[in-house]
Amino acid sequence: MISRRFRSLFTLVSVAILWTAAANCPSTAASPEPAQIVIKDYMFGPNSLTVKAGTTVTWANKDDEPHTVVSDTGLFRSGAVDTDDTFTFKFDKPGTYHFTCSIHPRMVGTIVVE
Amino acid sequence: MSDDKLLLSRRNALKCLAQGGAGTLFVLAGGVLTPLDLARAADDKMGTSRLGKPLFVQISDTHIGFNKDANPDVNGTLSQTIDIVNGMSQQPALIIHTGDITHLSKPAEFDLAQQMLARLRTTELHTVPGEHDTSDPTVTEYFNRFGKASDNKGYYSFDHAGVHFIALINVLQFKPGGLGTLGADQLAWVEADLKGRSSSTPIVVFAHMPLWTIYESWGWGTGDADQLMDQLRRFGSVTVLNGHIHQIVQKVEGNITFHTARSTAYPQPLAGEGPGPSPLKVPSDQLPRMLGVTSVSVVKHPSSLAMTDTTLA
Repeated sequence: MISRRFRSLFTLVSVAILWTAAANCPSTAASPEPAQIVIKDYMFGPNSLTVKAGTTVTWANKDDEPHTVVSDTGLFRSGAVDTDDTFTFKFDKPGTYHFTCSIHPRMVGTIVVE
Repeated sequence: MSDDKLLLSRRNALKCLAQGGAGTLFVLAGGVLTPLDLARAADDKMGTSRLGKPLFVQISDTHIGFNKDANPDVNGTLSQTIDIVNGMSQQPALIIHTGDITHLSKPAEFDLAQQMLARLRTTELHTVPGEHDTSDPTVTEYFNRFGKASDNKGYYSFDHAGVHFIALINVLQFKPGGLGTLGADQLAWVEADLKGRSSSTPIVVFAHMPLWTIYESWGWGTGDADQLMDQLRRFGSVTVLNGHIHQIVQKVEGNITFHTARSTAYPQPLAGEGPGPSPLKVPSDQLPRMLGVTSVSVVKHPSSLAMTDTTLA
């Protein structure tokens, strides 16, 4: 039979280990979630996306035509994104970012970074 | 077919053109299009020998780099096109490419396109870019190779055999709905370029996007083209050649004839048929009939231009 003293020590150490582990566990707020916009039928879907600062947004082109993703302020410019190709950009600073397809400017979208 | 029956109405002429047979010859005189069956013209009953040497051939929308269903082998269809042009009994004096040379503005695509076009027996090549040629992030790839003629501005002019050619760029800035634009600087340059020229000078204008509104919601047009037409109206013979829509559409307005070319890569749907101007997949035996080039000759009496559209099959 385990001595009472050993059991107490065991419990103390276990609690200490668990408490340390809990303290080091990253909180969900600091971990960016994946964010994707699908380009289809000459539209960005969704055409407005809200993400946390530090998130990388991926645009995936599912159309038969190449498209581009161009920021209104020149912050990012994808070049031609072919069918099944992607473009990514990491948004570090909070703000509202409008973009368009430079070949088909009817296509517009917004990223809101919080 | 007697001469009387040749004078079809414009509507019939356009219908005839839309069917895109092996070759349709349109003689343009005083702004009126008269179609001639090319097969009959071949035995010269229509006196087409007076058409003389083709002045130039227009190639458009080669889209080197495209490899999807609508045409998995755009290199092959361009090569066939080059063989057709090289096989003409009289070679054109020059070649005009009205843009979308490449599909994704990639250096390797430009390199391959240039290599292929170098196979043409006619070595004088004049180009304008399409929006597929100016989609690289720094918009330099097209100009690195073809920008010299225009000091990298994209617009320039030159003369050949008494015809004044004007090359324009309308793919750098787009209107929100998708129409191309020429911009104030370019329009001012055209005005200066035309100043003092005799109105009897035949003019050929070429640019990638249509210089008249064919279908606004697909961006088939140029927002400020009216200002360009105001400047061209005084001339006795103006031919406006465009690409972009991968099918032939024509219009005659006074002395100005507008003509878009087929692609050598893939067809696109008719205006409004589908969600957008995407590559159109057709049965493979039909594809060669929807791809092709346009040959333009000068008709001497009166001085005007005649266009021939040829398909790959």
